This record gives sequence, structure tokens and C-alpha cells, in this order.
Amino acid sequence: MSAPIDMPKWADTFLVPAISVAAAFLIAGLVVLSIGENPLTATRYLLQGSLGTGEGLGFTLFYATDFIFVGLAVAVAYHAGLFNIGGEGQATLAGLGIALALNNLTFLPGFLLIPIGIIAAAAFGAAWAAVPGYLQAKRGSHIVITTIMFNWLASVLIVYLLVNVLREPQSMNPETRAFPEGSYIPFMHEMFAAFGIDIPSSQLNLTFVLALISAYLIWLLIYRSRLGYAIRVVGSNPMAAIYAGISPARITIIAMVLSGALAGGLAVNELMGYQHRLLLEFTSGYGFVGIAVALMGRAHPVGIILASLLFGILYQGGAELAFEQPNITRDMVVVIGGIIILFAGALDGLFRRLVAQLLSRPKLAGA
Amino acid sequence: MDFGIIVTIFDSALRLSIPLLAACLAGLWSERSGVVDIGLEGKMLVAAFAAAAAAYVFGSAWIGLVFGIFASVAFGLIHGFASISQRGNQIVSGVAINMLAAGLTAIVGNAWYGQGGRTPPLEGDQRFDGLFLGHSALVYVVLLAVPLTWFIMGRTRFGLRLRAVGENPAAVDTAGISVTGLRYSAVVIGGIFCGIGGTYLSVGQAAGFLPNMTAGRGFIALAALIFAKWRAWPALGACFLFGLLDAVANQLQGLFIPGIGEVPVQAIQALPYLMTVILLAGVIGRAIPPRAAGVPYLKER
Repeated sequence: MSAPIDMPKWADTFLVPAISVAAAFLIAGLVVLSIGENPLTATRYLLQGSLGTGEGLGFTLFYATDFIFVGLAVAVAYHAGLFNIGGEGQATLAGLGIALALNNLTFLPGFLLIPIGIIAAAAFGAAWAAVPGYLQAKRGSHIVITTIMFNWLASVLIVYLLVNVLREPQSMNPETRAFPEGSYIPFMHEMFAAFGIDIPSSQLNLTFVLALISAYLIWLLIYRSRLGYAIRVVGSNPMAAIYAGISPARITIIAMVLSGALAGGLAVNELMGYQHRLLLEFTSGYGFVGIAVALMGRAHPVGIILASLLFGILYQGGAELAFEQPNITRDMVVVIGGIIILFAGALDGLFRRLVAQLLSRPKLAGA
Repeated sequence: MDFGIIVTIFDSALRLSIPLLAACLAGLWSERSGVVDIGLEGKMLVAAFAAAAAAYVFGSAWIGLVFGIFASVAFGLIHGFASISQRGNQIVSGVAINMLAAGLTAIVGNAWYGQGGRTPPLEGDQRFDGLFLGHSALVYVVLLAVPLTWFIMGRTRFGLRLRAVGENPAAVDTAGISVTGLRYSAVVIGGIFCGIGGTYLSVGQAAGFLPNMTAGRGFIALAALIFAKWRAWPALGACFLFGLLDAVANQLQGLFIPGIGEVPVQAIQALPYLMTVILLAGVIGRAIPPRAAGVPYLKER
């Protein structure tokens, strides 16, 4: 059992995740069945709602944008051997950064406001991740516990600020006033309309392109750069890293800063791309979905994009499904996310052994 | 502030600290055996749901408790299977447990009762009534668990072996004692405590289940566990302290103090998290977890 599991690379990269995801859907189907609904009908509504119409597809890609960012955030930390469950908190702080920057710099033109907002999001997210990173690197406090605590600190902080400080005086809702209009990231349907192409309108905005660019840059960083190599060495063997002259403490902090900045992308998409104001709980637990996305995508940018599309389909299709079949609420997606984390993450060894056994059987018969 | 208010605050502090204490003891048992458990929140949540649903169906709070414990132990065993038998990542498994619990309770609750995930309100025998000084039996069960945990952990053969498994499983294995067996029993005991804590929330403190009603208590319990440095009596102290902070925050809500203005309740709510971060950073004292916590045991190594 303890011998390294031997199997072809294609099986390890594609077959194992595919099987664990298939198993997750099987169990989700059983849950649907057990509450007295038909899983096949549910699947049809789900796919119809997420991919069947142009509008649905737009929403699917909008959600996928969120998940690409948080998935990349988890993955970068993961490569450095760190488990960042603080995506929620980091994205929340990034939202605060956006609101502070945009609503205090209203006099600037749009082409300056948009990059400033994005930079503010990245900086605030990075700062909120840097503290747990520093504490792990220099004081030995466990990153998992500190990032959990920082999630709760962020949620308490944002409630305080939105209720007491940032709220519009005449408004009853704990939310800021709308951002200056120039800072809105253009919707895709507006962009296409400018070129005379008509696509159905949805929340999908240009942040989607930014997410794809980020995924490419992270791929370059992790697999093609000196820093990425250092990150991976620290992640797989910190002792070897020290002998190679790499400082694990430094890499830990850098990886967390990058991770927090990426988590900020969630705030950019949700707030600058769609809500156009800072409001409570805009992260909606997506930070935790990022863990499922990163595990499913094997912490590789291509895998993360594919996993994000799947979760985008689940979220958008799930909303339509809840409309058609009120018994299957959107919490179903949370359940599926949980099962995927369990199967592709915690029970990974089980599935890999299963696949390895299946693949090695014919060979044994031949010999 | 007169005496009456102080009594009220202490009374509600006790009430609020009970679920924390139950979850904290659950974490203590699990982590002392070397299994890190960030799924306390999820286990309390499934227990709260199962207990409320069963108490409603069977008309008895005690049957609710049995179901609550059963549900929580079942989730604990999933965590145990992943982290002990399959040697998977314990943190990842804990995150999965929390998500599964949040999603499943909401979905099933909504499908069964159609009230946005709530269970029907409980009344009469369906709830735990005041047994002594206005507190229900569960309060005393949880309080009694503190000396019991202290005694078993510190004075019995089982407890000493369990702690040894959390520090140096190879040594325990060499002595011919099953590491797997000890860790599974710790996970089951943890499940029982989370079950009691969750049941207390929905059937003792409140009258029914609300979606996500644990509201982060599992994580405060985790903080309290670190604060207590993984020991039973300090766990009681830490949980009561965090309960007290919660009670004081409730009491001060909207109160206006001359010179300061309205009390920022959020500042008090942030204290448990903040204190834990500071403690972990080693600025005041040092919190050192069991040495083998979070490390799957591999016999052949």
C-alpha cells in the first residue's frame, strides 16, 4: 500500500479526476433521488439553464470567472505546500479596497479608475493574506488556523464598516453608494454591441478575459519561471529547498501574497463588473468553492479553467433548476462541491489506487 | 451596573458557552489523538438538524439527542475514513464535511418541510426544558464532560495511550496497540460531543433548526481549543470566556456610552479570533499542538 502508485501520466491527470467527479455526481444524484425528485430531469434543467441559451451561457461564464480567480488563488498557495482557506476573507478585503479607492477618487477618468480598482483589490487581498503568510513563515503559527480566523475577522470588519462608516447616510441597506460610472468594467454584450455584434445580455463582463490572462500568467509563473520553480520546491520538500539556497520563509510569504491578490479577482468581477457597489456577503462562499476547483483541476491552470466552467454550469444551472424544481435549491451545488472536495481531495489516494489496480490488471493476466 | 444585570450576563454566558464547550471537547479528543478536525462546525450543524427533525417526529427531545449524536458520529466516521484509513489530507476532509453539512441540511430541510430549510417549531416535550436553575439537562451533561475528559485523558490507560498516539504513533504501534483503533475511537467520541452540542443548539437553546444555525461556533470552538492548549479545564475557561464576550456584546448592543459613542459590538465579536491569532503568533505564551496532529500514520515507514 505504501509503495508509490504507478500509473501512466494521462491516467493520473485525466482519468482519476474524471472518475472522482463522476462518483461525486452519482452521489449527488442519489441525494436528488432521496428527496423524491428525478435526477435525470434535474440534469436536463441544469444543462438547459446553463448552456441551452445565450443568456444562460453568459451567466455560466460570469460565475466561472469568480471560480477561476479563487481556484488559482488556492492553487498557487498549494504549490508552495500551503493550504489557504482564507479566500473568502481576502476577497472581502479586496472588495473593501475597491470601494475605498473608487469612491475616494471619483474625479479620475474611467481609463484610470478601472486599473486603480483592480490594483486596490489585488493589494488589499494580498495584504490580508500576507499576515497569515508572515505568521506561518516567521512565527510558526499554522496557516490553516490563521486564515480561518482572518476570514471571520474580515466578515466582522466589513459588517462594522458597512453599518457604521461606509453606508450612505440616507440608506437603510448596509452598502456603499454606487461606484463612479467610469469604473464599471464593461459588460460583454456592450463590448460586442460596439462592434455591431448582438449577443444576449448577462452579467458577463471583461473580467472574464482578465481571469483567462491571469490563468496563463500563473501557468508561466509556476511552470516556466525561477520563482515558480522555487515555489514548487518549497512545496514538495522544504529541506531540499534550504539546501538549494531557497528560503522557505520568503517563498511562503510570496506565495500567500500572490494567492491573496488572485482572490481579489473575485471582488473585481462581482463588484466592479456587476454590483457596482460594496455590499455584505458578496463573496457568497465562493472562496470555499475555490478549494474544490483547485483540487479538481489538480492545481493546474488548465484544470482550474475546466473545473471553473463545471462549477459555473452548476451555479447557473442550479439557479434555473431551483426555479423549475423548488425542492432542489441551490444548496445542491454546495453539496456537490463538498463531495468533490472529499473525493478529489481527501480520498484522492483511494481513487488513485482504484485506477492503478484497474490499469494493471490486464498486464498481470498477460504475464 | 446592578447585580441583576451581572447575573443575567453570566447566565447567558453559560448558555452561549455550552455549544462552544461541546465542540471544543470534541476537537480536544480528536486532535489529542492526532486527527485535526476543522469539521466541528459541520458536525454540529448536521446534529442540530437531525435532532430537531427527530424531536419533531417522535415528540421527544431525548430521541432527538440520539439522532443528533448518530448524524454527527456518521459525519465523524467519514472524516475518520478519509484521514485515518485512507491517510488523506485532514484539513481538506474537514472543509468537505463543513460544506456537505451546510448544503445537505438546507436541501433536506427544505424538501421535507418547505419552510426555507427550517424545521417546524418544537414545543413541550420536543425540547429540553429547564432542569435545574433554568438550565436544561444537556448543560450539565456538557459541564460534566469536562472533569470526565480530564480524568480519562490524564488518569486512565485508554487516555494515556490516546495522547501517546497524538504525539508519537510509531511508539504506540511498537507497543502492539492499534493506532487506527485509538484514532477511530477518538473520532467517534468527538462525534458524540459535536452531536450533543448541535442538539443543544436546535432542541435546547432554540426551538427548531435554522439553516446555518451554528454560525461559526465550530470555528470559535477551534479557537478556544488552541487557547486552552488542548487541555480540558482550560477549555472550560476559554469557552466560558468566549461565551461571556458574546453575552456582553449582546447586552451592549446599541448602548450609548458617553465619550465613546455607540459601542462597536463587532470589536467584541472580533476578540476571540484576534486573541487566537496573537496567541498562535507566540506574542503571549505559546500554543503547541500535539506533535502528530494532522499527520497520517503509515505503519511501514
